[in-house]
Amino acid sequence: MDGAGGCDGMTAPATGVSARARIRAVPDGRGGTALPSLAGGGPVALRRTRSADPAAARVTLVGAMSAPLGGDRIVIEARAEPGAALRVDGSAATLALPGRTAEPARYDVHLQVGEGGRLHWLPEPLISVRGSELRQHLSAELSPGARLVLRDEQVLGRAGEESGRLCTRLSVRRGGRPLLDQQLDFGPGAPGWDGGAVLGGHRAVGQLLVVGPERAQEPLPARVLGDSAVVTPLAGPGVLVTAVAPDALRLRRVLDSALTFTSW
Amino acid sequence: MAGAAALLLLADGRFPAGGHAHSQGAEAAVKAGRVHDAATLEEFCRGRLHTAGLTAAALAAAAAAGHDPLALDEAADARTPSPALRRTARKLGRQLMRAARATWPGPELDELAAARPQGVHQPVVLGLAARSAGLGPLEAAQAAAYDNVSGPATAAVRLLSLDPFHATAVLARLTPETDEVARRAGTAGSGAVEDLPAASAPLLEITAEQHATWPVRLFAS
Repeated sequence: MDGAGGCDGMTAPATGVSARARIRAVPDGRGGTALPSLAGGGPVALRRTRSADPAAARVTLVGAMSAPLGGDRIVIEARAEPGAALRVDGSAATLALPGRTAEPARYDVHLQVGEGGRLHWLPEPLISVRGSELRQHLSAELSPGARLVLRDEQVLGRAGEESGRLCTRLSVRRGGRPLLDQQLDFGPGAPGWDGGAVLGGHRAVGQLLVVGPERAQEPLPARVLGDSAVVTPLAGPGVLVTAVAPDALRLRRVLDSALTFTSW
Repeated sequence: MAGAAALLLLADGRFPAGGHAHSQGAEAAVKAGRVHDAATLEEFCRGRLHTAGLTAAALAAAAAAGHDPLALDEAADARTPSPALRRTARKLGRQLMRAARATWPGPELDELAAARPQGVHQPVVLGLAARSAGLGPLEAAQAAAYDNVSGPATAAVRLLSLDPFHATAVLARLTPETDEVARRAGTAGSGAVEDLPAASAPLLEITAEQHATWPVRLFAS
């Protein structure tokens, strides 16, 4: 993958923190969802928090230390088994920071949703701090009857700061077939990233993906949201909102407005 | 290089496959004020080359390497969230298919045309056309990468009344990067379909849908 310019492919051992967090959600047999596995790791602490939806379990990601730093390797696995409902959110933005080595940080999120299961993956934004380098891979494996809402927000530099390098791949498979595969690469060393084809001076970029079997019956029409966001029905049963904005606040406003009419 | 003349023919802007009617996002970028001179055109083309261009070139290389074109068409769909861009890619694919079957007839092109009469994403057809012309994955990637920069540069000449010498100089300055993208795409094209590059550009996706709603426009996309 690296030969092709991808976010993957770095197999060298981590020179910083190496951590793995796991969440597994199953139906509790009483109409709710239990969490037989909830294990934080390294800089990622997991808290079971109160869910507004009685059928769903809610988990909040809490940053337990500054991370990811260059050289860190962080993996989060979240699985909603058939019939389970899981909502994962975050307590604060994640900062990608420079490390003591030139090695990039790796942040991998693997999501799995079984038949009739649903997963909301709604972390807070990732902020790419000047001098940092992070390669992120978000992958999701969905059963044909699974539902997923996934939000990914990226902010390029803190206020008034230059961006770090941030490369993210989002790959979603449904029933073993590719549904969405996108890779974004921003910041110093990513050719043309700030030109008129890619970001055009915007410093926040986000995607909201909504997948569910009902989208196969009634696909949403494409819809333009102002001059910097669009709702696009995928070739498969899902819809993707893509937005760029000057900052994180305005980005969230657009994605939240889209959530009201894209979600199931 | 073996097949150099065939590659020149396939990559020629006069090859009758309808590409001249498409600005590949340049018209929307000009209207938004993001492309207004040779320097901003160069950054636009550079961004396009390393995102949509790399992805298209890798799909073309994979088709030329003999991967299943239907699996590649599905991979192209997953890499193209914008329905306007999927429609454009299939329309250009149909037009290229007609031209390719007349110029380099072959059973693989016939089979694909029969399997998908509504069209296949253009880079997949481009790769198969290259294969039918006796070219390899690298040459297919070169044609696709070059198309991704020459299309917007040519369109910008009309959209901005840009001096054609300046637009051509932009393409000349991009030749080392165009070669590099083609090399990476050519290598990736021999690997697994799911590992093909998926580089994408948010503004190209967003503005493609905006452009599709315009009642009056100079280019089809």
